[in-house]
Amino acid sequence: MSDHHDHNSPLPDTVLRVKALESLLTEKGLVDPAALDVLIDTYEYKVGPRNGAAVVAKAWTDDAYKQRLLDDATAAIAEFGFEGRQGEHMIVLENTAEQHNMVVCTLCSCYPWTVLGLPPVWYKSAPYRSRAVMDPRGVLQEFGVTLGDDVEVRVWDSTAEIRYLVLPQRPAGTEGMDADALAELVTRDSMIGVGLVKPPGEATA
Amino acid sequence: MNGAHDLGGMHGLGPIDAEIDEPVFHEEWERRCFAITLASGFLGQWNIDMSRYAREHMHPALYLNTSYYEHWLHGLQTLLVEQGMLTEEEIAARMLELAEEQKK
Repeated sequence: MSDHHDHNSPLPDTVLRVKALESLLTEKGLVDPAALDVLIDTYEYKVGPRNGAAVVAKAWTDDAYKQRLLDDATAAIAEFGFEGRQGEHMIVLENTAEQHNMVVCTLCSCYPWTVLGLPPVWYKSAPYRSRAVMDPRGVLQEFGVTLGDDVEVRVWDSTAEIRYLVLPQRPAGTEGMDADALAELVTRDSMIGVGLVKPPGEATA
Repeated sequence: MNGAHDLGGMHGLGPIDAEIDEPVFHEEWERRCFAITLASGFLGQWNIDMSRYAREHMHPALYLNTSYYEHWLHGLQTLLVEQGMLTEEEIAARMLELAEEQKK
């Protein structure tokens, strides 16, 4: 991992084309400029992995909730008010000492927006999509995660309808912590299944 | 249909480039592209399968060489034209006008 990024520069016409479509759609009254700003604000600032972290922390501290989450994730997540686009059919995958789950969308970018927000560039890019299903342990190592040979790795390829959220393992040393404090430990990557939740005090990667 | 989007198991695509503290959008055009795509979707002229198909039938070489929101942009323009909401000609004309304005 690095702190630089080299996502492709847009084609020369891309910025102009976006402006042209927006101006034509607005002019014809097909889209409302105010609605565009609301959409951007919602997904840039309001919906994100803090939602998922709250769900995970609740599952760690409330066994009845965890059971509801595993039985019907869509309904259990909706208890928080997290509903809507790209979260209509949710499945929660529980990581255990025996099984580690990770999520990919090989065909595109399907991702549970209601609990994680919009996906990071690497999740939508060719290297992750091609290799997550072929060499999951190698991919996990790129994210700094090394699992024992006795842990089964299961890779879940999202479809256009179903969205997965990983319920990571609760780290040791967190017995006295409440849900709010636990949620602070939960990372986006741990809910995609390419990270582990680290005990308090350890640097998060 | 298979195509460049069907990436599972493909070799040679390089290391995963995970950006630390990545912003939700990297450039303003990505914000606008995201928003006009969602807002146009709300008009109900197409469904998710049609939007995916519109992105997936990009030429494979172009698909692999462009970024995520460019796939969206290609898909959106395809659908708007197919549904008769905009024409290729008016899009091209508006792009020319905007390019001229930028030169001023």
